[in-house]
Amino acid sequence: MRYPLSRPNRSGKLALAIGPVLVALVVVWLLGIPSRAGAQPPIRIGEINSYTGIAAGFTLPYRQAVEMAVEEVNAGGGLLGRRVEVLFRDDKGNPADAVTHAQELVFGEKVALLAGTFLSNVGLAVSDFARQNKVLFVAAEPLSEAVTWSQGHRHIFRVRPNTHSQGRMLAERAARLPYKRWAVIGPNYEYGRRAWETFWARLKELKPDVQLAGEHWPTLGKIEPSGYVTALLSQQPQAIYVSLFGSDWIAFAREAGKRGLFQKAFFVGILLGEPEYMEPLKLEAPEGMLVTGYPWYDIQRPAHKEFVAKFQKKADRTPVVGSLVGYVTFLSIFEAIRKAGSTETEKMVAALEGLKIETPIGPISFRPFDHQSTMGAWVGTTKLDPRRGGGVMVNWEYVPGEKVLPSEAEVRKMREAAK
Amino acid sequence: MALLIVQLLTGLANAMFLFLVASGLSLIFGVTRIVNFAHGSFYMLAAYLASTLVTALPLGPSSFYAAVILAPLGVALLGGLIEVCLLRRIYRAPALYQLLLTFAVVLVIGDAVKFFWGTENRTGPSPPGLSGSVPILGQLFPTYDLAILLLGPLFALSLWAMLHRTRWGILIRAATSDREMVGALGVNQTWLFTGVFVLGTWLAGLAGALQMPRVALTTVMDSTVIVETFVVVVIGGMGSAFGALLGAVLIGVLQAFGILWLPREFHLAIVFILMAAVLILRPWGLLGRPEAETLPPGGAVGLGAGGRLRAPGWVWAGVLLMAVALPPLLPAYYVWVLVEILALALFAASLQLLVGTGGMLSFGHAAYFGLGAYGAALLMKRAALPMPAAFALAPLVAAAAALLFGAFCVRLSGVYFAMLTLAFAQIAFAIVHQWYDFTGGDNGILGVWPSASLATPVRYYTLALLAAAVGLGFLWRVTGSPFGYTLRAARDHPRRCQAIGVNLRAHRLLAFGVAGLCAGLGGAIFAFSKGSVFPDYLSMPMSVQSLVMVLIGGIHALAGASVGAAVYKLLDIVITKYTGYWQAVLGGVLACLVVAFPHGLVGFVQARWTRMRTSLG
Amino acid sequence: MVETPLLEVRDVWKAFGGVQAVAGVSLTLPRGEVRALIGPNGAGKTTLLNLLTGQLACDGGVVLFKRERISGLPPERIWRRGISRTFQVTATFASLTVLENVQVAILSHQGRSRDLFSRTGRLAREAALDFLKRVGLEDQAENVCASLSFGDLKRLELAIALANEPELLVLDEPTAGMAPQERMDLMALAVTIVRDRAVSVLFTEHDMDVVFAAAERIMVLHQGRVIAEGTPRAVRDDPQVQAIYLGGLG
Repeated sequence: MRYPLSRPNRSGKLALAIGPVLVALVVVWLLGIPSRAGAQPPIRIGEINSYTGIAAGFTLPYRQAVEMAVEEVNAGGGLLGRRVEVLFRDDKGNPADAVTHAQELVFGEKVALLAGTFLSNVGLAVSDFARQNKVLFVAAEPLSEAVTWSQGHRHIFRVRPNTHSQGRMLAERAARLPYKRWAVIGPNYEYGRRAWETFWARLKELKPDVQLAGEHWPTLGKIEPSGYVTALLSQQPQAIYVSLFGSDWIAFAREAGKRGLFQKAFFVGILLGEPEYMEPLKLEAPEGMLVTGYPWYDIQRPAHKEFVAKFQKKADRTPVVGSLVGYVTFLSIFEAIRKAGSTETEKMVAALEGLKIETPIGPISFRPFDHQSTMGAWVGTTKLDPRRGGGVMVNWEYVPGEKVLPSEAEVRKMREAAK
Repeated sequence: MALLIVQLLTGLANAMFLFLVASGLSLIFGVTRIVNFAHGSFYMLAAYLASTLVTALPLGPSSFYAAVILAPLGVALLGGLIEVCLLRRIYRAPALYQLLLTFAVVLVIGDAVKFFWGTENRTGPSPPGLSGSVPILGQLFPTYDLAILLLGPLFALSLWAMLHRTRWGILIRAATSDREMVGALGVNQTWLFTGVFVLGTWLAGLAGALQMPRVALTTVMDSTVIVETFVVVVIGGMGSAFGALLGAVLIGVLQAFGILWLPREFHLAIVFILMAAVLILRPWGLLGRPEAETLPPGGAVGLGAGGRLRAPGWVWAGVLLMAVALPPLLPAYYVWVLVEILALALFAASLQLLVGTGGMLSFGHAAYFGLGAYGAALLMKRAALPMPAAFALAPLVAAAAALLFGAFCVRLSGVYFAMLTLAFAQIAFAIVHQWYDFTGGDNGILGVWPSASLATPVRYYTLALLAAAVGLGFLWRVTGSPFGYTLRAARDHPRRCQAIGVNLRAHRLLAFGVAGLCAGLGGAIFAFSKGSVFPDYLSMPMSVQSLVMVLIGGIHALAGASVGAAVYKLLDIVITKYTGYWQAVLGGVLACLVVAFPHGLVGFVQARWTRMRTSLG
Repeated sequence: MVETPLLEVRDVWKAFGGVQAVAGVSLTLPRGEVRALIGPNGAGKTTLLNLLTGQLACDGGVVLFKRERISGLPPERIWRRGISRTFQVTATFASLTVLENVQVAILSHQGRSRDLFSRTGRLAREAALDFLKRVGLEDQAENVCASLSFGDLKRLELAIALANEPELLVLDEPTAGMAPQERMDLMALAVTIVRDRAVSVLFTEHDMDVVFAAAERIMVLHQGRVIAEGTPRAVRDDPQVQAIYLGGLG
């Protein structure tokens, strides 16, 4: 039986045409099963990231830089005499999908290691998979400090400076400001909350008389910005800490600008100086905000200038911090494989511990006791640059990770507490 | 006080956008009875289109206003095209097919936006002349929002005038209250439907274009807005444009003040709590009119021949043999894929019991799958039960939730039933998502791995196979039991069924519980295979996924759901591997299924098989 | 000794919006009587039947069945008390076979509707075939109900309605849409079956030939009120009834 409006004959024929296509798809999948034999199989690296969904706005320039790093290493003859191949998978912003891909990459594609991820909860989920299955996972961008500390383990390494480091950098500077009444707005989500907790704890240490005038935790990706702006205005804080990101930040910033909130309070924004956040806002970006970010346009290191030039040529756009992190992540992976002389997990882990890598922004290393890299971040304030058609960072300084990362004893304490 | 007034104005300005989107959806539903998921996609498309037009049009400052006028028109045109080419074919199809077809449109438009505009966040330009702010009671208020506040009521008035003062509007209202009557009036129904669809789409597009200077343009705008729009339309009353206005104002104001007064844990849930409350107390909405629903024969899902697949014995034997003998020979990954297929098969088959056998279009089935998974994780992590005990008890958690939610849902039917199941699923999702101390919030619960003796892929697969065999066997048994037959009887003719002594609500509630139990078992299998649980397991996309699996398999055969789960998972793997535009491909496949295989793959094969056998004599 | 009536309706009312569909109807129906309910279109016949069997709730008045109040009960409870019915628009379970249609009804009567584990196939099969035999449908037992002719559907519905061994059978236009000879046959069949078991019948019918052939007494409803009641002959001769029927035609 069919429903009345469909025409039986045509439908039948269409069905006959689609049936074989479906069968063919399954056959294609099954054909993939026998492992591809060959004299020198490539080194395969599994890369999982949010190419669609809530974080999709950040990941393309990241991927372009990863591809650039891979092209470079292959042009130089590959690693251990083998080509490098990266298998990209889209987690759609869902941790569950990321774990599914991890299973597929590790057990199906037999990748040597996993890399990538952007969202904190996705990073933590893949990390747990790595722990259970004893697979190396080099996390690129997830910022939650739990990744390497409270939930750290032998098989996880992380490149980007985490919420703790960046929050601390900002707190050190904010403590020098005269503001006592603070408010916070951030997404009700792992990163947003952690980013605030470290900052606030450190600020209170440095400046015990600060008080909290209000806190706001809109749902990630679903902010109704005008209401929050009005609420913040009414609480009259002297300074506001923002850990919003993505579309939430853009929507909030547009409302805050129009309603004069930027003029009424001093703003501190974690990550918000990064081109990812400044560029979409164009000339609506706030001025004078204390931020961590990535002033790629002003970094004078020759190696970095070369990186920017190469990236612009490859991607036909300017880099964002994700591009830098992606590039550095894969440089680190390559270096570890070279040093290990193998793609065996335990040898790569051993190689990564304490490994020093020369990157476009100078040398960084992976701390052997917590597997956090010492990559730092840039702290500065924002300014509108009509010539560039958007905001830039000025008065910035590069704060290397070593300056803000906790000691081995402190890390051990955090891990104990988490148990 | 000034704050409250400004906050009120803020809420009202947001409400105006919601009103535009929701009135369009409501009009379309009222006349065509289609719950159009693609409505949010038109909104998104118009926002993107407008942002491009502003820079592309050579009109200087006025190109902004030209873009805001042109973009919705372009989108409305596209809407008309889609109506004529696709939707027109399915007006009399069961609601399930309509929902899935509009969902296919969502997927395709979503990928088209990614293709043409990329995935990076964008901002539309500010409106020339309206980009500043004006002081109201000492607070700055954006001029543009003020303009919207004035424009909104103007639109509401013109809509009112159109609906009450023009012939066309009167026809729309007539069609909304009684579809058959319009046919009797000798009106060309086809073009009335097209016209209303274009108008509704235009309203969505207008809202999108007007939003452009206020928010960030993202590729997830569509899903964010459509969920809110459903809430507004349901609260106001489906088919009532003024209900949409009332609903929008309520939601806008509630959100504006919720920020001030509600603890943050409630922000996500509050609108769905309101939606569920309205559906329970006044299912037809605040301004809607109760109606005796004119469902197509067989209710929301259409009439099917059998509840059970009659396949030759060797097919079953072969499947069983393969399921037992093959996995030890497969690479580990494929064993995990099979485990996942088993979990999804239970998920889909349990939904099939509700949708296919019971004729109850559940739109929130993921809640029970997810609660099964969370039940397993929480029992193991918080109650410190051993893994096998957590695995065995988890389905009961899901069944308990199903009975609780079901008790309210079974009082409704058709699309109202679907909306209430959706509301409950969203409430469950919000609770799991926001209750950080207990459920871990959006970080989920990690480390939910099988106990050591079950941790190898083949061993866990064996457990999963046993559990799935028990679950599917139970569902199969239930479908063939007096209960199952009576459930089908209740689907085929509810009134008749009541008049043979069947308490429909109790009967359906029991079906809900059974389905929840089996979905929960699927969730438990899934949780331990992934080693973690996340709120996404309860999310709307997951519910849609389960409907897609049921549709692929064919809603009327229990075995169909399992086949659907397998085909869906394999398709997902293949598509994801070879293209970044997996959504568009999935959407295309879905649209083909709805149009070409309304009875799913299994139904199709079965029909061919029967025909072949009869022709062979 | 006065025999207690099987069904007693006292001053029942029902309005839809502004239309008073049933306006203070009272009736008593003794055990074993076959009674027809006639009246022009819109007289309130179907509404009255729906009030008796619980599809609609009364605005006022009481319905007693075997001296117990049944008004206010849901249809399934009324059915369990022993009142069964058919619908004006044929109501069967289209996706089930003819046999299964009756099985489902019998299993409900046996209180086994919520049995989750038994196989339906053989349950109550003999009893169901027996009912089908009585209405002359045994040859069609294995056919899907959707493939039946209109007349056979009416027979099937009768079989379903008999499944709970009712004491009162309510038939809403049991022969509507059938050919004249078929009508007489079906009604004769129904009457034979109920006579065997002393079942009371209350039925509405447009075909006066059927009415006069089958009914022992006739009630005439007009604008929601009973305007006449009596033997077929008495009703036929009632001037008021003639006025309505003839006047309505004229």
